[in-house]
Amino acid sequence: MTKAGLLALLSHWRRNPVQLFTLVVGLSLATALWSGVQAVNAEARASYDAAAETLGEGQFAQITSDIGTISQADYIALRRAGWLVSPVIEGRLDGVRLIGLDALTSPGGIAPVGLNDGAMTIDMLTAGVLFATQDTLDNIAEYGVQTVASPDVAPGVILTDVGTAQRLLDMPDVLSRLIVAPSRPLTQIPLGDVMPNLTLRAPQGGSDLGRLTDSFHLNLTAFGLLSFAVGIFIVHGAIGLAFEQRRPVIRTLRALGFPLGRLVALIGVELLVISLVAGAIGVGLGYLVAAALLPDVAATISGLYGQSVSGTLQLRPEWWVSGLLIAVGGTAMAAAASLWQLARMPLLASARPRAWAMQAGQGRLLQAGVAVALLILAGVLGWLGSGLVAGFGMLAALLIGAALALPVVLDRVLAFGAAQAKSVMAEWFWADTRQQLPGLSLALMALLLAMAANVGVSTMVSSFRLTFTGFLDQRLASEFYVYADDEEQALALRTFLETRVDKVLPIQSVEQNIRGLQSEVFGPTAHETYRDNWLFLNAAPNAWGDIENGVGAAINEQLARRADIDIGDEITFSGRSFPVLGIYGDYGNPIGQVIVTKTLFEDLFPAVSALRFGIRMDADDVPALAIELRETFGLAEANMINQAGIKAFSLSVFDRTFTITGALNVLTLAVAGFAILMSLLTLATMRLPQLAPVWAQGLTRARLGQIEIIRAVLLALLTAVLALPLGLALAWTLLAVVNVEAFGWRLPMFLFPLDYARLAGFAVVAAVLASLWPARKLARTRPADLLKVFSNER
Amino acid sequence: MLLNVTDLRKSYAGPDGALPILQGIDMMLNRGETLALTGESGSGKSTLLHLVGGLDQPDSGVVEVDGVDIGALDDAGRAAVRRDKVGVVFQQFNLIPSLTVGSNISFQARLGGREDKAWIADLSTRMGLREHLAKYPEQLSGGQQQRVAIARTLAAKPALVLADEPTGNLDEATADTVMDLMLELASETNAALLMVTHSQRLAGRMGRRLHLRAGRIDGSPT
Repeated sequence: MTKAGLLALLSHWRRNPVQLFTLVVGLSLATALWSGVQAVNAEARASYDAAAETLGEGQFAQITSDIGTISQADYIALRRAGWLVSPVIEGRLDGVRLIGLDALTSPGGIAPVGLNDGAMTIDMLTAGVLFATQDTLDNIAEYGVQTVASPDVAPGVILTDVGTAQRLLDMPDVLSRLIVAPSRPLTQIPLGDVMPNLTLRAPQGGSDLGRLTDSFHLNLTAFGLLSFAVGIFIVHGAIGLAFEQRRPVIRTLRALGFPLGRLVALIGVELLVISLVAGAIGVGLGYLVAAALLPDVAATISGLYGQSVSGTLQLRPEWWVSGLLIAVGGTAMAAAASLWQLARMPLLASARPRAWAMQAGQGRLLQAGVAVALLILAGVLGWLGSGLVAGFGMLAALLIGAALALPVVLDRVLAFGAAQAKSVMAEWFWADTRQQLPGLSLALMALLLAMAANVGVSTMVSSFRLTFTGFLDQRLASEFYVYADDEEQALALRTFLETRVDKVLPIQSVEQNIRGLQSEVFGPTAHETYRDNWLFLNAAPNAWGDIENGVGAAINEQLARRADIDIGDEITFSGRSFPVLGIYGDYGNPIGQVIVTKTLFEDLFPAVSALRFGIRMDADDVPALAIELRETFGLAEANMINQAGIKAFSLSVFDRTFTITGALNVLTLAVAGFAILMSLLTLATMRLPQLAPVWAQGLTRARLGQIEIIRAVLLALLTAVLALPLGLALAWTLLAVVNVEAFGWRLPMFLFPLDYARLAGFAVVAAVLASLWPARKLARTRPADLLKVFSNER
Repeated sequence: MLLNVTDLRKSYAGPDGALPILQGIDMMLNRGETLALTGESGSGKSTLLHLVGGLDQPDSGVVEVDGVDIGALDDAGRAAVRRDKVGVVFQQFNLIPSLTVGSNISFQARLGGREDKAWIADLSTRMGLREHLAKYPEQLSGGQQQRVAIARTLAAKPALVLADEPTGNLDEATADTVMDLMLELASETNAALLMVTHSQRLAGRMGRRLHLRAGRIDGSPT
C-alpha cells in the first residue's frame, strides 16, 4: 500500500519536472550561499584560534617594556623574585613572523595543540625545530634548522625555541615580552619593586582579535542568513504549489483507504529526501563559493587586522553538517504550513486545485495585520530594546514585516495606477498585473529581501570605507612616521629631522587603567595637524583650545561607551582628574584611549619619552629622507612608514572587501532573479485562460510577450523603490544598533545614491532576464494551445 | 460578399499521424445574414469558426473576410482582422477576470479605436447589465456573464459575429433571451452572424443552416 501511495505522489514530480527543478535549485542555492559564508567564517575562525593559542595573548597577563624589549638579565631577575614568567621573542624572518617560546616555562595551552606533546617539546628544545604550516615554510630560506610542517600553527607564523629564534633574528639576550602564568607564588615581590621599568598587562579575556574580526564575520553571517531567507521563499512557493496541485491525488488516495497519518509521513519523507539531495548539492556549491571567496577574505582580514588566515579551504565537518541541517530545517519550515493543512483537511474537501495565485492572495488582510504588528515590534525594539538580541530581533521583525507588507503595498500602488489609466491597454495592463500579484508575491518578497540586503550591507561597507578613509586621514595626518630603537637614537633623530622638515611631532604614550578599563594615554604636540584632522563625534565648545591649555582630555568612543562617560564627566589617571572635552571615533581599536596635551603628558609621566615621531613635510621628499635616515642612522624599513603607502595599502584592502560583498550581492540577486523566473514560468501555464481572450480580441502573441517583460520590469522597479528605505533601515540597524552592542563603536552612515541606482539597474536586468524565457514562450505559444481555452469539448 | 471560404482544409497531429478535421469546406456569407453551423461533436464546427475568425491557420484553402485573405496575413495582420472586422462569442464566456464588467464590454471597441459610448451605454441597458458595470465577472451569474461576452463583441460593431455555442452553458429560458438579444443587435448593426450550435431549435431561428459531418458539409445549405 505504501509503495502504491508513494508512486502516486511521486508521479506528480514526473509530470511537473520544472517544479521539482525549482524546489531543488532554490534549496541548493539557499544552502550554497549560507554554507559558503559559513565555510569562510569557519576557516577564518580556525586561523584566529590557532593564532590566539600561539600568541598567548588574551589568556595570560604579560609583562612588556616601554622601550619595546626586555633583557635576558631582567627575565632572570624576575624569575628569582618569584614571578612565574616565560620568555617570548618575536621578529621577522624573510618577512614571516617568527615567535620564539620557552617550551619548559610557558604556561599550558599557550602553544597550538600539536605542540603540547612531549616529543615535539623535546625536538624544539634539543634540535631547535621550526614549526609552521607548509605554505609558510615554503616562503622562507634554508637556515640549516630542521623544519616540521604543522597545520595547527597559525598561517604566516613560525614557532620555535626562544634560543633558536634569538639566533635566527640576530638578537642575542633580547626578549620581546614575558608571559605570566596564572598561579602566583606567595613569595612574589611586586613588579614595581623588582623592575620599575616594566609594565604588567592584565589578561584581556582572549577577545581582542575576536572583537575586531567578529565585526567582519557578523556582517558576512547576516548576509548569509538573508541569502538563505531569499532561497527559502522560493522553496516555500514551490512546496505550496506542489501541495495545491496534488490535492486531487491526495483526496483520491484517502478515499481509497490510504491512512492520513501515513500520507503525511510519506510526504514528509519525500521532502526529507529532496532536502538532503538539494542540501548536498548546496554544500558542494557552497564549497565552490567559499573557495572562490576565501583568498579575498584572507587578504581582507590580514590587511584589516594584521591576522593571517589560511588561503586553503578545508572540508570541516561542522559546516557541511550545518549546511545539510539548515537545508532540512529550511524545507521543514517552508513545508510546515502545507503539511499542517494537509493533516487537517477533511476527506470531502474540494479536490479541485484552487488557483494557486488566488489562494496565495487569500488572507491578505491577515498578512497585512501581521506585517503591521511586526513593523511596530521592530520600532518598539529599536526604541526601547537594548543588547544584541534586541538588535537582531529588530532586524528580523523589520525584514519579515516588510516582506509581508510588500504585496499589500504593491496592490495599492497598482490600484492607483489602474485609476490613472486612460487607454484600454493601460487599464488592462494595470488590472492584469494586479491580478498576477498573488502568484508573484513570494518571488517579489525574495527580491525585496535580496535588494534590501544589498542596499543595507553595501551602505554599511561603503560607510565603513568612507569612515575608515577619513580615519586614516585623521590618524596618518603626517606625511612620514619614524620609530627610533631607543631614547638615544630618538634624540639624535629629532635633532637631525628638525632642520630638514616642516615639523616633527613626537608621539608618546603610556598604558593606564581608567575606570577599570585598560587604556592608552597619548600626549601629542599641540599642532594644527590634530586640530585640522581629528574630528570629534561629540565635543564641548572650544574643545581643542582647552585640551591644548591642559584643562581637559579627549577620549575615544570605546572608552566613552564602555565606561559610560559623556562630555563634561571626569576621568582620573596618574592621580589627577580631568574633564572629558571631546569624544572621537577610533574604529577597530579594542581598548580605550585618552589624549592630553604634550605639556600635561610630560608633567604626568616624566619618565616616558617619545620614540615615535610624526613628520610634516612635502610628501614628494619622503623617499629621499628615508634613504638619508637609513644611511645616517641605519634605520630599518620597519622603522619608517610612508603615509601614502599605508593609505594605498588600506584602500586596496577595502577594495578586496568589496570584492566579497560584491560577489555575495550578485549571488543573492541571482537567487532572487531565479525566484522570479520560476514564478513566471509557473504562472505562464496558468495564465493562458487570462491571456487567450485578449489575444482573441486582437492582440498579437508577440505583444503579449512584450507586455509580460514590461510587467516584470515594473514590478521589479516598484520592489526596488520599496527595498531602498528597507535597506537603509537595515544599514542603520547594523551600524547604529548591532555594531554598537557588539563592538562598542558606532559607524556614521553615509548614503550612496549612485550605488542604489546601479542596484535598481541590476534588479531590472534580473527581471528582464527572468521574464525573457516566459515571454518568449508566450510569444511562441501555438494558436492551438490558446484555442484549447475556448474549446467546447474541454 | 463579407465571408468567402474556399476548399478549406485543416488537420491536427494525432497519435497515428495527421488527423483531418476539415476536408474541403466552401461557404459564403453576406452582411446581415445569419448562418447556423451544426454537426456532431468532433465534426470540425469549432475549428471552422476558429479559422474564419483568424484564430488559427488553415493547412490549405482560402478564407476571405471583407475581401482580405486572412490566410495570407502574418500574426499581426490576423490580430488586426480580429480587432477590426470580427467579433467572437465563446461558450465559456472568456471574459477578462481582472477588468470590471464595464471595461470588459468596451474592451474590444477601445482596442480597435471604435468606442461609441452612446452605443455601449444603450447596449448595456438593453442587455440588462447597467447595474452590474462596476462588478467583476466572477460576481455575475452564467447568463449575465454570457450577456457581457455578447455585449463585448457587439460593442465593437464587427462586420462578422462568430458565436461558438454561445448558449451552451445556459438554461433554456436564459438561452432564448440571450439569443433574442444577439439576433436583434446583429440585425441593427447589419452584422453577419455565424453560430455554432448543437441545438436544432436555436439553429431554426437562423436564416440559413450548414451541417458538418466528419469535416465536410453534409448536403446542401438550407
